[in-house]
Amino acid sequence: MKQTEKKGTIQDINGPIVTIKLPGVQNGEQVRIGSLGLYGEVISLEGEEALAQIYESTEMVRPGEPAEGLGHPLSVELGPGLIGGIFDGVQRPLEEMFLKAGDQIPRGLSPLPLDREKLWRFVPSETLEPNMPIIGGARLGVVQETETVEHRIIVPPDIEGELIELAPEGDYNLEETIGQVRDRRGQVRHLKLYHRWPVRKPRPYQSRDNGVEPLITGQRILDTFFPLLKGSKCAVPGPFGAGKTVVQHQVARWANADIVIYVGCGERGNELVDVLDSFPKLKDPYTDRPLMDRTLLIANTSNMPVVAREASIYVGITIAEYYRDQGYDVVMLADSTSRWAEALREVSGRLGQMPVEEGYPAYLASRLAAFYERAGRVETMDCGKGSITLIGAVSPPGGDFSEPVTSHTKEIIQTFWALSKELADARHYPAIDWVDSFSADVGTAAEWWHESIDRGWEKRRAQALGMLARDAELSRIVNLVGPEALSSAQRWVLEGATLIKEGVLQQSALDPVDTFSSPEKQFMLLDLILSVYDEGAALIELGVPVQELAEMPVLARLRRCKELYDSSQTDQLKAFRNEALKDFKEIHSEYAQRGEQTA
Amino acid sequence: MSAKEYRTASAARGGLLTVADVPNIAFGDRVRIRDQQGNTRNGQVIRSSNEEVLVQVFEGTAELDLESTWVRFLDEPVEIALSPEILGRVFNGLGEPRDYRPPIVSNLRRSISAAAFNPAARTYPKEFIQTGVSTIDGLNSLVRGQKLPIFSASGLPHNRLAAQIVRQAKLPDDDSRFSVVFAAMGVSYSDARFFQEEFASSGVLGNVVMFVNMADDPPVERLTLPRMALTAAEYLAFDLDRHVLVVMTDMTHYAEALREVATAKGDVPARKGYPGYLYSDLAEIYERSGRIKDRHGSITLVPVLSMPSDDITHPIPDLTGYITEGQIVLSRELNNQGIYPPVHISPSLSRLMKDGIGKDFTREDHPHVSNQLYALYARALETRNLASIIGADELSARDRRYLEFADAFESRFVRQGEDEDRSIEETLNLAWDLLSAFPPQALTRVNETEIAKYHRQSE
Ligand SMILES: Nc1ncnc2c1ncn2[C@@H]1O[C@H](COP(=O)(O)OP(=O)(O)O)[C@@H](O)[C@H]1O
Ligand SMILES: [Mg+2]
Repeated sequence: MKQTEKKGTIQDINGPIVTIKLPGVQNGEQVRIGSLGLYGEVISLEGEEALAQIYESTEMVRPGEPAEGLGHPLSVELGPGLIGGIFDGVQRPLEEMFLKAGDQIPRGLSPLPLDREKLWRFVPSETLEPNMPIIGGARLGVVQETETVEHRIIVPPDIEGELIELAPEGDYNLEETIGQVRDRRGQVRHLKLYHRWPVRKPRPYQSRDNGVEPLITGQRILDTFFPLLKGSKCAVPGPFGAGKTVVQHQVARWANADIVIYVGCGERGNELVDVLDSFPKLKDPYTDRPLMDRTLLIANTSNMPVVAREASIYVGITIAEYYRDQGYDVVMLADSTSRWAEALREVSGRLGQMPVEEGYPAYLASRLAAFYERAGRVETMDCGKGSITLIGAVSPPGGDFSEPVTSHTKEIIQTFWALSKELADARHYPAIDWVDSFSADVGTAAEWWHESIDRGWEKRRAQALGMLARDAELSRIVNLVGPEALSSAQRWVLEGATLIKEGVLQQSALDPVDTFSSPEKQFMLLDLILSVYDEGAALIELGVPVQELAEMPVLARLRRCKELYDSSQTDQLKAFRNEALKDFKEIHSEYAQRGEQTA
Repeated sequence: MSAKEYRTASAARGGLLTVADVPNIAFGDRVRIRDQQGNTRNGQVIRSSNEEVLVQVFEGTAELDLESTWVRFLDEPVEIALSPEILGRVFNGLGEPRDYRPPIVSNLRRSISAAAFNPAARTYPKEFIQTGVSTIDGLNSLVRGQKLPIFSASGLPHNRLAAQIVRQAKLPDDDSRFSVVFAAMGVSYSDARFFQEEFASSGVLGNVVMFVNMADDPPVERLTLPRMALTAAEYLAFDLDRHVLVVMTDMTHYAEALREVATAKGDVPARKGYPGYLYSDLAEIYERSGRIKDRHGSITLVPVLSMPSDDITHPIPDLTGYITEGQIVLSRELNNQGIYPPVHISPSLSRLMKDGIGKDFTREDHPHVSNQLYALYARALETRNLASIIGADELSARDRRYLEFADAFESRFVRQGEDEDRSIEETLNLAWDLLSAFPPQALTRVNETEIAKYHRQSE
């Protein structure tokens, strides 16, 4: 298909929204405008005039300057070289832009996302032979993209036909042909190590599948209390400073995923620098390779043009789908989806569309749902399994969860990690509220925990949540009539709940040991603390004063266990457990004897 | 500069002037307007088509008469002239002198709406700045290149605190070149004079650039003022290698001016009448702070804002908190008790503290001590609450200890003199004085080594 060149002129400039006279341009088509050649996208058509949203600042652009249609919608390049990189909201490579153009992002500059010169060692699939029928998504071969990631080169989803030729093993750059396919119309298509795909069009798969195992994040309150399945959708709402970004960074660091895509959408520049600085130095606990070897960043920081912010999450999710199609478990983090919704609001406001709630357009809910729908676990075109787990931060104005973005998101997702300002103010981190949070996947997660870790998981989890609920109730009573009103057993519940909060729920992202907790360690800590509680409760039955129990030195140590023993030191943790429980046994026999004497 | 003047103004509403039939005018172009008295006003193009151009008039459109209004388009963006001579000078929101001295003459002119910093060009801010204020240094440390606002409210001593920070801020063992950029929007004469006298008496005046817009100056000028100030700051930091501390007050007046213009333009309001783009607009300002690879200078930003009706969830503090790297929140309650600086630590936060403190930066116990104080104070406030319901006498001995801690913490740690410049060492030792009121096993945020070393009972 030969694209006819479309040329026109600018009519009107209203911030990022520009009216152009460009006959024949299509809705959604990419345009370049003005003498600088700023990039943008057509968002509506009326007669010969088109409205375009521009990804860059339109300062000093004037009516009468030229505009041209590029003949394709906003697309991304998909191929080796993505991992480890940082791209802006329309996939421009930021490292390269920095080297080429300096500290600030210049306008009209658009280097190609992927390096064209670099050679990649391509190893063709052995099962493929000429004249075989081949479909979109089929694997042509592999390229080692980073030491961790084997990049599976697949046929673009929109090509199907008969394989004519496949290149032998060798070094190829991205523009060299590595295979030829005769498509259904008889045309010969040259396949390369990369292809392009429009970001607003979900990539196809065979069928959807249920999630089967939890994503392990190494964060106790997440994995143990509000588990998230691979392929699930999750929201992390919270007021500023409550810990959304830290939760997202922790998941990006420690989740047992193959690929992590982190989209900084309208947030701070320094938070991306933090990832860029720290990830290459941190090791993936599963592969022992630098974390950056499986991570990719998309950055549209809060000060970058707002229209590219709207695009950024689509760029992220399309890249996520591409790795899913290779059979990987991908985690995509979007910090923050509220900024994306605001970008939508801003554009709709400039178009004069009718706002429905808090200035948001009527289509907010459906756009959100359609975006989250791109997550999931699927059977790929190639009959493999791949998944995208999507975790979106939500930044409700004033921390009010009833606002439109939070409430619409809540209806779409399966797991909800609600952050609380009160907990954060008390420096209880992660400030995840165990009352407001939920997971619809506890049942499936329980199967995994019971199989792989311990059969007692679901019971212990329920016991802990029950105690936290009792704690809240009893604290209310204390606040009405004072602590004297409580029985010894009730006061021990308060102590037990404090142990759970301090020894299990609180987890410092900054502590080198505590930052990651393996599932084994998570369960051992929980089980230990609940065993101590149970022992104590039995002693109170025997008449041991709660004060004596609360002051046992072993409790102070128990609170510190999480940072004293790392995930590999389960033996030491077991030894401590025996010691701790022995202390209780001793008191037990002491009191039991006394009981017998008085009897 | 185009010489052509147009007399085709067709509408004037709020701060906006519509001019008809002017072809090919650039979006963002700077505009000069002559009114019937021959006075000049300044403006900027905020929408442009060949039929109609919309101009935002900084001085407002009051008393304009469409017939005799002459409009000239200067064919340049709003710019500021830069040279080392800006130090020691005072400008208005348009970059014109307001100290009765001649304008800056320089070939170097920069547009005040700079392109965004490439995140790949930034370096992570890590250098601890000692402000000498315990609640900041000990619990919410400021680092070079950070943006850390003060959330205040009317009648609270935010200006005094900002001035104390300017006076005392230093890097331990470092005396590199340091400048202050002061941006005042909609401030009263007494506030402006307070800062001027402060800078003069502490001898930094020659290192300060001031941009001032008074309460009775045109509000629209408040929109360009912070951008003028930051363009000057960027020049000082990244051209002249200086460490620049930018103090901006009061961001609430800035946001109100933005709302005024947005309303006049008919923009769709989001919350409390503020336009939906208030977040992005504030971010364009705040994100200009930071550190850049291979540059020696830095921009540290301390914006001051007053929370309307003391409400931290109001859009202005709320959106600010979502952008800045923490916040220092002042409390009316502490202020009423005569505690200066009345820093309410619970909602205060420094997000960049984690990488700027500890072993190689301040002292190894600093992160844990800070955490421990926070945890104890949170518990102590709960206990105080309980005591107010059931009476302090009903409290257990353990709870009474928390109550005493709350008082000691506020009166000894939070409270300090306006001229009291505590070293970080002093702040941390003071913290241990307070922590030592608790038995070691009650302190679970500090580790056993730290307890052995600093807890008074273990001595
Ligand atoms: N798990 C954690 N461990 C230690 N500190 C945390 C943790 N979670 C949050 N914090 C602290 O809270 C601050 C704010 O967290 P952040 O994720 O940036 O908040 P948000 O994104 O919700 O505004 C961080 O800078 C850090 O100091
Ligand atoms: Mg955040």
